[in-house]
Amino acid sequence: MHRATLKELSERLGAKQVSSVELTRHYLDRIAAVGAPLNAFITIDRDKSLAQAAAADARIAKGDHAPLTGIPVAHKDLFCAKGWRTTCASKILEDFVAPYDAHVIEQFDRAGAVILGKTNMDEFAMGSSNENSCFGPVRNPWDTDAVPGGSSGGSAAAVSALLAPAATGTDTGGSIRQPAAFTGVCGLRPTYGRVSRYGMVAFASSLDQGGALARSAHDLAMVLDVMAGFDARDSTCMDLPKDDYIGGLGRGVKGLTIGVPKEYFASGLSADVGDPILAAIDEYRKLGAHVTEVSLPNQALSVPVYYVLAPAEASSNLSRYDGVRYGHRAENYADLADMYRKTRAEGFGAEVKRRILIGTYVLSHGYYDAYYLKAQKIRRLIANDFAAAFKRCDVIIGPATPCVAYDVGSAKTADCVQMYLDDLYTIPINLAGLPGLSIPCGFGHKNRPVGLQIVGNYFDEARMLAVAHAFQQATDWHARVPAAFA
Amino acid sequence: MNWEIVIGLETHAQLTTASKIFSGASTRFGAAPNTQASAVDLALPGTLPVLNKGAVERAIRFGLAVGGRIAPKSVFARKNYFYPDLPKGYQISQFELPVVSGGIVSFVVGDVEKRVRLTRAHLEEDAGKLLHEEFHGMSGVDLNRAGTPLLEIVSEPDMRSAAEAVAYAKALHSLVRWIGICDGNMQEGSFRCDANVSVRRPGEPLGTRCEVKNLNSFRFIEKAIEYEVRRQVEVIEDGGKVRQETRLFDPDRGETRPMRSKEDAQDYRYFPDPDLLPLAISQQWIEEVGALMPELPQQLRARYEAQHALSPYVTALLTESREKAEYFQATLTATASPAPVVGNWVIGEVSALHNDRNADFDRPIVLPAALGRLLDRLHDGTVSGKAAKEVLLAMADGAGDADAIISAKGLKQISDAGVLEQAVDRVLAANAKQVEDYRAGKQKAFNSLVGQVMKATQGKANPAQVGEILKRRLAS
Repeated sequence: MHRATLKELSERLGAKQVSSVELTRHYLDRIAAVGAPLNAFITIDRDKSLAQAAAADARIAKGDHAPLTGIPVAHKDLFCAKGWRTTCASKILEDFVAPYDAHVIEQFDRAGAVILGKTNMDEFAMGSSNENSCFGPVRNPWDTDAVPGGSSGGSAAAVSALLAPAATGTDTGGSIRQPAAFTGVCGLRPTYGRVSRYGMVAFASSLDQGGALARSAHDLAMVLDVMAGFDARDSTCMDLPKDDYIGGLGRGVKGLTIGVPKEYFASGLSADVGDPILAAIDEYRKLGAHVTEVSLPNQALSVPVYYVLAPAEASSNLSRYDGVRYGHRAENYADLADMYRKTRAEGFGAEVKRRILIGTYVLSHGYYDAYYLKAQKIRRLIANDFAAAFKRCDVIIGPATPCVAYDVGSAKTADCVQMYLDDLYTIPINLAGLPGLSIPCGFGHKNRPVGLQIVGNYFDEARMLAVAHAFQQATDWHARVPAAFA
Repeated sequence: MNWEIVIGLETHAQLTTASKIFSGASTRFGAAPNTQASAVDLALPGTLPVLNKGAVERAIRFGLAVGGRIAPKSVFARKNYFYPDLPKGYQISQFELPVVSGGIVSFVVGDVEKRVRLTRAHLEEDAGKLLHEEFHGMSGVDLNRAGTPLLEIVSEPDMRSAAEAVAYAKALHSLVRWIGICDGNMQEGSFRCDANVSVRRPGEPLGTRCEVKNLNSFRFIEKAIEYEVRRQVEVIEDGGKVRQETRLFDPDRGETRPMRSKEDAQDYRYFPDPDLLPLAISQQWIEEVGALMPELPQQLRARYEAQHALSPYVTALLTESREKAEYFQATLTATASPAPVVGNWVIGEVSALHNDRNADFDRPIVLPAALGRLLDRLHDGTVSGKAAKEVLLAMADGAGDADAIISAKGLKQISDAGVLEQAVDRVLAANAKQVEDYRAGKQKAFNSLVGQVMKATQGKANPAQVGEILKRRLAS
């Protein structure tokens, strides 16, 4: 049953070939039986999930159902879901039970979807390997020596290992697309403002965007159709009608202009990733697309700009974890300052502390202009590069990552700057606020998956999904499943 | 030696919106702790601020009232610091681009108009409160106030005495109430002032300033500034230097004490709040708000002076509050008495009555129509001014309308010429000495004769008429 795609499961539920309770129980049993080595989930609550599934079955019986009614969906553990522990994989929120639902959770609830569990992640979404979790690292289903990527590593591993038909994630600098690429699944980061951030625990507010991971462009279209929508509680959420993501999938790529940035194939891209990407570009030519070279000259500045802006916002966003109202508080302290110091020293992991320190520094008096303000100006230049490129093409494609998944505890994971630099293909999209999608397009070193990134113009998710769908109609990379979890 | 005092005020006016500036929680004062703190106010993970349009509208009203520039685009910024009454670990405020810049607050000191320039006014959220008394060895946190909308109004250092600073604060207090953006309740903290105080020799550059906090009454503003000026002058005259610092006023001891110095001032790491878009205010919105603005005190003052020939002193007192001005207006239309008489009664007897009984003009003790009838009786000579005051007090005690009280108390004046002439003649006959004095040019003697006639009629004689008759008789 778990080999079926979300689309197929939806059809079976609608035809009453399977009930949501059966389906949910199947996934819960599977997580318990084979999921342990991956450590993809932080919280599982069988009773809650099965109660939701029973409610979904009642809707289906009444004929009052939507495409996702009864479908179990895993949620990254930074979406607040009422009554569920919401930890952000941090000791500081280890026992925090959300008293309210995020907009995204409300949307899934309205659609009748079932919360399958809360997935592991890098603490507060800071990381690219999912090793920064107080609940321990997540492993890659293709090779448990490898990292699954991050920060939505738990969601990616769960979908890749068929522990969930779909999962939510968030993408601040590549946290959906990079783990999707590393685990051979499809991951969509929508345009900034497409999905409400209300109830999604903030890392860097101007870059964070909720999205999803699934096994095909079609499944992503179904999930985005539920997640997208205006929410007045997020002032940065755009009040724009959503497109027909599913209905638009079949439009093909004939006559479409695909831009390939020349900077994407400069030094740093390993051949085992470059070759499948070039093959995918050839595939698009065969399907009737025009391929043209474009340029993103300020691309190389993206990583340093990101590592000024994201920590700056994070240092402020994470100030609320002070031990006063909720979350972890140090046991013994001398006074207020000591309480803050000990609580935060004990509650946050090393990577989170590093970014709080960087962010505090760049916002400090005397440094603000040199770092924060300058970074904002370059951010504008990076967005302008994309605007110029999109005058010459409809979508931009290239690699999602410069290399395939590396090993847990490897040299790369020990050197944070090396790891930061690996986000060079995903980060510019966040800085510009654009939508990005990663789909599997082959295998590289040690037979680990390679991801193809498709970048669209603002709010052009429907076209991006159609471009991905066309590729998936002609190839079967997305249908490959790690042998150990088949 | 001669010192010039330089004062600027920073005022926090709590806006009268029903809900908070970034959440839907109520702003009502005095609720049980933490019952008016929503998920946003508690800064639960994942919550986001949404700007209250009513707070912006009030800022626009203020900008229009002071003739300031209302920014077509202003920006909310985060002021970062840790304190238990600040749930997010930052206060959402405005820093580089405030909603209002410039503007003037004008008011009358004595008979002279004073104009104080404003630097800016910006929107921000209030913090919660710490409660130290109820909890032994611990502090309680009440977040009901967290997120209450504030307009911080910053003046230029344009005031030159404590009295001027108080006059400015009173004018501002009256203005924000006048335009309905703040209830002005100082006990509840709805209107709070901090003063920046420095001293210098006339003609010299500005001296080092100290910011004095915790001035939540007009009396405290005056006492704190006076103390601070004395302190700074003493420091300098003793050969020392004033340190730039923030000082706290202790009302019990009437002195200011250092709170923190410039050296340990915090770095607030201001940056634009990425959760909120820049605040855009269209010209059309400004015009819509402007169309609903009441006539402002300075406009009313000018109109009263032009239309009714009232003095600046009288118009300043009449426009102390919108309620008082409206009371004057309503009384004026209800009586045949001329405006100067009505004005004097409103700022004199009627204001004194309200002060004595701790009442406000929003619920007047004597309604304008009733006062109008009394002033009619004064105007047509039925009662004397003295008797009218007595009638007013009786009206305030609920003894009925003016006519009923006048007849019940027998306060009607004697205006019968025959009766008055007889009384005058009797007084002249009995006071030959004063008559002689008057004819010798002593004006005092005349007054004494009027007094004798009033006494002879138990105060009921119409004094104006008595004067006329006396003059006529003495001239013959």
